[in-house]
Amino acid sequence: MRYLPKSPAERQAMLSAIGAKSIDALFSSIPERYRLQEALKLPGPLSETEVIDFFKARAAENSVGYTSFLGAGVYQHLRSVVTDAIIQRGEFLTSYTPYQAEITQGTLQAIFEFQTLMCQLTGQEVANASMYDGSTATTEAVLMAERLTGRRRILVARSLHPEYRDVLKTYAKNSGLHVEEIPYSANGTLDQKALEAALQDDVAAVVMQSPNFFGVVELLPPLRDAAHSSGALLVTVITEGVSLGLLSPPGEADIVAMEAQSFGLAPSYGGPFAGVIASRDKFVRQMPGRLAGQTTDSEGRRGFVLTLATREQHIRRERATSNICTNQALCALAATVHLTLLGKEGLREMAHQNLSKAKFALAELEKIPGIRRAFDAPFFNEFTVVLPRSVKIVNAYLQREKIIGPFVLGTAYPELTKHALVCVTETTPRAEIERFAAAVRRALEQPL
Amino acid sequence: MAYPANYRYTKEHEWLDLEGDLALIGITDYAQHELGDVVFVELPKVGSKIEAGKTFGTVESVKAVSDIYAPASGEVVEANDVLHSTPEKINTDPHGAGWLIKVRLGNPSDLGGLMDSAAYELYIASESKEASA
Repeated sequence: MRYLPKSPAERQAMLSAIGAKSIDALFSSIPERYRLQEALKLPGPLSETEVIDFFKARAAENSVGYTSFLGAGVYQHLRSVVTDAIIQRGEFLTSYTPYQAEITQGTLQAIFEFQTLMCQLTGQEVANASMYDGSTATTEAVLMAERLTGRRRILVARSLHPEYRDVLKTYAKNSGLHVEEIPYSANGTLDQKALEAALQDDVAAVVMQSPNFFGVVELLPPLRDAAHSSGALLVTVITEGVSLGLLSPPGEADIVAMEAQSFGLAPSYGGPFAGVIASRDKFVRQMPGRLAGQTTDSEGRRGFVLTLATREQHIRRERATSNICTNQALCALAATVHLTLLGKEGLREMAHQNLSKAKFALAELEKIPGIRRAFDAPFFNEFTVVLPRSVKIVNAYLQREKIIGPFVLGTAYPELTKHALVCVTETTPRAEIERFAAAVRRALEQPL
Repeated sequence: MAYPANYRYTKEHEWLDLEGDLALIGITDYAQHELGDVVFVELPKVGSKIEAGKTFGTVESVKAVSDIYAPASGEVVEANDVLHSTPEKINTDPHGAGWLIKVRLGNPSDLGGLMDSAAYELYIASESKEASA
């Protein structure tokens, strides 16, 4: 598909073909007051050197030399130049909806590999070609559970990422879904008793995250048993994919919704990322989006095609399985290349480093008078501590020392007033963790 | 393939075979031919209600997913579950082994609006003519 501007002659030919005198006449059905009366205020054209200078100046505004202890759904991990080199190939970078099997075997195979990797990581039988991000994947998983069960009540862990809950509530608001929150218990895990009390035979799905938003690892088998005992499906959300290098895959879940950002995608400004939906084979026809499949061509050679596309929006329109999803092909490709480079051992090693460094960071912080761990359930690379003073004040101090401080849990959980969610990944050197702990100690000693 | 004379037909290409107040419902040979190889069917649960003119399931072929419309209102008493493992029966025997559901009709005497086989054959002949025009 090419994007070329039309010449004035071509525009005129198109206008006369539809019987419009001018572009203005074409838009006359839009009320006058909504039409732009003057030229759009845009800066004038720039020469090539001016454009380069402009972007160099903007790049110089980037904060460099900071060490970050902020996670909360977006994680800084090692990225290889190999990933960028491959995804910047024109065949991948510039292609749009490249699903015509006759000419896009490479792309379809890459998607197929992505699906395979996601199945291996999540312990599920089928994964699709990717979604926008973890939050929309979560909502799609809920809609899928609604279609599968015919029920409309959704129980969502309060320890699910607050922004994911917001996205879900936005979709649920006018679609007749009833979303209820299940509290967390004293050790940070989902409150199983509260869950069991809320479960009835009208619940479509129990939605929970592991490691959850407080960094706490959840035990899936009892949650699955509880959900299944009332005929509900278990939807497990994963925001930190690297945790799967160490934790057992969420095979207990009926649907897994995951954010793949940790696999080779830079945090950037919060995107673009790639969402994952994985589930059981028997649920595949209620899965949103598209799926690449392996097949053989007329000469018996291995080939790849798009399958299940008959349920998609470009064919079924308003009856499609989903009209609010797409495939993040390039981001999914980055994740595929990244995971292939790492391999099974590499991912495990990376996950080990995250856990070890997070444990070290917690030990360093716990040496500081007044700081205590908030939840005692196991964690991966994020943990919650309670500070003796406001996290915002501490973070402001840290920023002066070129440290991006932990997530202020009070912004999303009013009851967690002095709680900080600290993230440490393999990219954080030991010396920086020590510098962080020393800076926190100084921040707490500052006069008010 | 011949269209059984004792069946009733819809414009959406479903057939209905009435016996007492029970009716078998399926899709016609014309429909299966238009769809191509059927790979999946979605059928309503036993005990659920279907309403005349409303969709009660889907048939998925390699080309498309199509809704199936109820020729009459009633309660589903049986679904042809073998179609889950052998959906191709819809292609090979649409008017027999490829039946979809058995329904207890709310009002068996009210099948107005459905065509007999002769009318249906005329109808699909005009449909084909339109398609090739």
